[in-house]
Amino acid sequence: MPSDGPPEGVNKGRRRFLVATTSAVGAVGAGTAAVPFIKSWNPSAKAQAVGAPVQVSLRDLEPGQLMKVQWRGQTIGILRRSPEVLGDLLAVEGELRDPDSSESQQPGYAQNETRAIKDEYLVVNMHCTHLGCVPALNLKNNPPKGVDDWEGGFYCPCHKSRFDMAGRVYKGVPAPTNLTVPPYTFVDDDTVLIGVNPEGMA
Amino acid sequence: MAKPASGFSRKMNDLGNWIDQRLPVSAFWKAVMTGYYAPKNFNFWYYMGSLALLVLVMQIVTGIFLTMHYKPSADEAFASVEYIMRDVEWGWLIRYMHSTGASFFFIVVYLHMFRSFLYGSHRAPRELLWVFGMLIYVCLMAEAFFGYVLPWGQMSYWGAQVIINLFGAIPAIGEPLTEWIRGDYYISDATLTRFFAFHVVAIPLLLLGLVLLHLVALRESGSNNPDGIEIKANKDEEGKPVDGIPFHPYYTVKDIFGVAMFLLIFAFFIFFWPEAGGLFLEHDNFVPADPLVTPEHIKPVWYFTPYYAILKAVPDKLMGVILMALAVVILFFVPWLDRSPVKSVRYKGWGYRIMLMVFAFAFIRLGMLGMAEGTPAQTWEMRVWTFVYFGFFVLLYFLSPKMKTRPVPERLTH
Repeated sequence: MPSDGPPEGVNKGRRRFLVATTSAVGAVGAGTAAVPFIKSWNPSAKAQAVGAPVQVSLRDLEPGQLMKVQWRGQTIGILRRSPEVLGDLLAVEGELRDPDSSESQQPGYAQNETRAIKDEYLVVNMHCTHLGCVPALNLKNNPPKGVDDWEGGFYCPCHKSRFDMAGRVYKGVPAPTNLTVPPYTFVDDDTVLIGVNPEGMA
Repeated sequence: MAKPASGFSRKMNDLGNWIDQRLPVSAFWKAVMTGYYAPKNFNFWYYMGSLALLVLVMQIVTGIFLTMHYKPSADEAFASVEYIMRDVEWGWLIRYMHSTGASFFFIVVYLHMFRSFLYGSHRAPRELLWVFGMLIYVCLMAEAFFGYVLPWGQMSYWGAQVIINLFGAIPAIGEPLTEWIRGDYYISDATLTRFFAFHVVAIPLLLLGLVLLHLVALRESGSNNPDGIEIKANKDEEGKPVDGIPFHPYYTVKDIFGVAMFLLIFAFFIFFWPEAGGLFLEHDNFVPADPLVTPEHIKPVWYFTPYYAILKAVPDKLMGVILMALAVVILFFVPWLDRSPVKSVRYKGWGYRIMLMVFAFAFIRLGMLGMAEGTPAQTWEMRVWTFVYFGFFVLLYFLSPKMKTRPVPERLTH
């Protein structure tokens, strides 16, 4: 006759205790064993080493011209802005979601009216803050297809997000924040180093 | 009357017995095939299950052969796919079977799912059957996404970029999470190799397990039918449902006919229209991946575009992602959202029929808008259909118990 319960004389409390402690230790062990597998997904030492700073000469960059370089696999844009373009930045502020860049990512030294160390040069991570596509630069005289009211700026082909000439996002588009600004510094007047902060600044 | 058995057939019989004493082959065959009674009134919609199984087998077989030539590395992937297409004998056929098969998998699965909305196949006692089916659907979406990255074309690359960045919308942990998924600061070789592992090992294993559970649950509750009546409620003296017929040979033969028709259409696409004008394989994916150049118009393959349209319709990143995920998650709950006293659309009133038609149209229209350019007018239309998509489930929950129904017959109709 098979019986349903445990045989007579079994210490049920002791059995429960042993089952619970064994399960707990087993769970901790399984959790610990999972750590190496989860960590193996992080950027490898090799990938981290490739993320070194990039030095770029700005000598040949004309006003209105955009130069793209790669840093840590990201497309970084360097845009030279004329005084008129800088003047227009104030005009569009009313249409922007975060004109003061208070919710956006940039180093403290680039959180100003032009989002730059030198007003003339915008250094910006080109990847759209929505889903990472690379927006195109459309100057004022070259609005994107199907857009009537255009003050010049960046236009994302993926989901139609719009940014002004300082990489600040317009209202009513999918991108939540302004284009991010990477850490960078000027080595001399015409050379910028992307990936490091200016001396004495974090 | 029976002729004396010949020596050969007697030997085969002995072999069968020898095996049966060690492995329950004939008992299993009887349980799931000859002794399994299915409703006698299956129609067109009931081909889809067996066809999905056929496509699954085809994807596994062609996939195994593609793995023999494909190179999962950012430097070699694109070229190795072109090598399969041009240099491997019959490689083009195997590759097109696999890539076209993916789209046909979704065609079959969407029709299979729509059948449930028609005949209430997810209603009690088949809720778990539906939940396993939904898990299969989610796995299938993951499998298709990972697979689409492997050729390492422009659309592979930028599609992966967009999808991985969806996780970046999660507050606080979003950014580190995307880095963890990519294994690098950008989509790179590390990303490709782990997607390869998922596509060829992890997800297929999961899929096979879920398909098994789906089938076990089906054999336990029994198939629903176009009338939405339980045939088990009406049995003869031997305990067999009077409105049932043995799955084998009746439905195996019917399904073989379905397979033949399916293969006819499938072959047409493979031989004459494997890219389906950019629907099954997008034009931009014949350009090698370039991290510096985003294609002008990024869109997923057609079977994802309805959800993609929902994402695009919302002007807020996090809300868009949440709503898109919700659009899939809500499907899991359909068995409990539909509270109508009858299962089949045949005995539901016009109210449900109109709702279902509008819902199906919304899904298709969202799919079309999801691959469109995205003009402001289209964005507004996407918002309307997104509203309709979710509205269907809300209305279903509140209206289904109240809507007029027709009396359900006791026996199956013809």
